[in-house]
Amino acid sequence: MLRDITLGQYYPVDSPVHRLDPRAKILLAFLYIIGVFLVKDLFMYLPVLLYLAMATWLARLPFPMMAKSLKPMRILIVFTFILNLFFGTGSRELLRLGSIVIWEEGLLNALHFTFRLILLVTGSSILTLTTPPVTLTDGLERLASPLRVIRFPAHEMAMMMTIALRFIPTLTEEADKIMKAQTARGADFETGNLMARARAMIPLLVPLFISAFRRAGDLAMAMEARCYRGGEGRTRLHVLKFSRRDLIAFLSMAGLFIILLLPGILK
Amino acid sequence: MSETAHLQVRDLTYRYDPEAEAAIDGVSFSISRGEFVAVLGHNGSGKSTLAKLLNGLFLPSSGSVTVSGMATSDAGRTWDIRRTAGMVFQNPDNQLVATRVYDDVAFGLENIGVPSGEMPGRIDEALRLTGMLEHADRAPHLLSGGQKQRVAIAGILAMKPEALILDEATAMLDPQGRAEVLDTVLRLNRVQNITVVWITHFMEEAARAQRVLVMDHGRVVMDGGPKEIFSRVDLLRELRLDVPPMTRLAKLLRERGVDARLDVLNVEDMVEEVTRLCPSCLKN
Ligand SMILES: Nc1ncnc2c1ncn2[C@@H]1O[C@H](COP(=O)(O)OP(=O)(O)OP(=O)(O)O)[C@@H](O)[C@H]1O
Ligand SMILES: [Mg+2]
Repeated sequence: MLRDITLGQYYPVDSPVHRLDPRAKILLAFLYIIGVFLVKDLFMYLPVLLYLAMATWLARLPFPMMAKSLKPMRILIVFTFILNLFFGTGSRELLRLGSIVIWEEGLLNALHFTFRLILLVTGSSILTLTTPPVTLTDGLERLASPLRVIRFPAHEMAMMMTIALRFIPTLTEEADKIMKAQTARGADFETGNLMARARAMIPLLVPLFISAFRRAGDLAMAMEARCYRGGEGRTRLHVLKFSRRDLIAFLSMAGLFIILLLPGILK
Repeated sequence: MSETAHLQVRDLTYRYDPEAEAAIDGVSFSISRGEFVAVLGHNGSGKSTLAKLLNGLFLPSSGSVTVSGMATSDAGRTWDIRRTAGMVFQNPDNQLVATRVYDDVAFGLENIGVPSGEMPGRIDEALRLTGMLEHADRAPHLLSGGQKQRVAIAGILAMKPEALILDEATAMLDPQGRAEVLDTVLRLNRVQNITVVWITHFMEEAARAQRVLVMDHGRVVMDGGPKEIFSRVDLLRELRLDVPPMTRLAKLLRERGVDARLDVLNVEDMVEEVTRLCPSCLKN
């Protein structure tokens, strides 16, 4: 059962989007999010949707996969839609069912929320589908490194994420082993109510934590022995370089922004 | 300081806690450049503590440790010392940092500030020397234990060390992994003239060293060539240590009145000895 944990959802194909600098992709995702929130009229979601479709196509990601990224969010999406629809207030009445009134503003709100959620989730999943987790970490570290002047631990955060990515498979394997060992001694992880099952996890979690702490101690010692002393004065194997491709991507994003802002300017 | 003393330990004492018994208790020895030294000793005799003192992970409570002429107590040289004397630990899972073999070998180079352009050459060379080049793109958790240890060795090798300290690097491996790692280190010792301190519980491994140190209660109690050390079967037994299987066989033969020599370490030695004792026994 523990085998199901997958890390990130990187989709390994070679595409222009995959080859973008991770810093560029993170910034683009950020701008895209702002763009989604700039939309005031429902029909203006169309250019955003087109932009998303173009990015998906360029990234050679299968469209069904993008739809699948919405699956974990489906309850939330339906829920926010219903909530906005029924609990909004407004001035123009659209429909009255007994004591429940649906206002035009409520419907608009509900639609906005739904579109935004869908566009945000699918949009950001392009980032995680086209960037391996380690590269993403690398990009985040370098984007955040100017923040070091205000003592933001950019390097430490990135190192933590890398180590987590390295050790999750190891600890998963170990958890599996402990689970089998405890099952062999009669432990039962599958049945009973929530309380019983939570209690059954204790003989799994205690050894797992102890082992994780021991590993952390060993690893710290090994890292020190390999001359690790924090981010200061460290060089990097992978040099990140912005290229023409990144420039083109930013220009396309600028294009999207112009389209989104145009109605407001023309008014 | 003479150039031949590569690792020099003088009157070294180390306590984990000022009140505690000394884990290392007045030890002195020196190891020459290019030597392959095995360290034996039962559990808790101080082997791991000694290893961590040799590259400045621990600092002496009293006495001194010098590596290539640099004292570990000199705070300004700590990183030079750790790069000069690389260390491999027991658990292969707990010393690799990156999610890809190639990136892991780069870790030490990044730490000591090697320019990015210089890294690929050094990484490839280190992976080639440990026979791991074909696995460069794999994730560490998918490798065998012996392969993981060879990646750990490659990570150190890329830093161009002069000495390797291995603290029971084969203890958690299967026989094949053990042989892989020992053969790799023996080759590095021979070809690159890297000084090796090989801490182990396996007598067959110690038998392949040039020199054996035996520790007991934080002291070095025996120091000599493997034949000399292992022929003293009774003393080793007192120290709760075993001897290589063929040495034990020779001892058993001796106890039954056969005039066998005790300095046999492996099957080849034993064949020679049996041939000497009874020329007609091993005709074919
Ligand atoms: N972190 C520690 N804190 C306090 N005492 C310690 C610590 N580590 C080891 N010791 C003590 O120091 C002594 C030497 O331990 P050390 O780990 O060096 O032995 P070892 O020869 O490596 O044993 P093993 O064969 O089990 O690895 C032991 O008595 C041990 O109890
Ligand atoms: Mg030890």
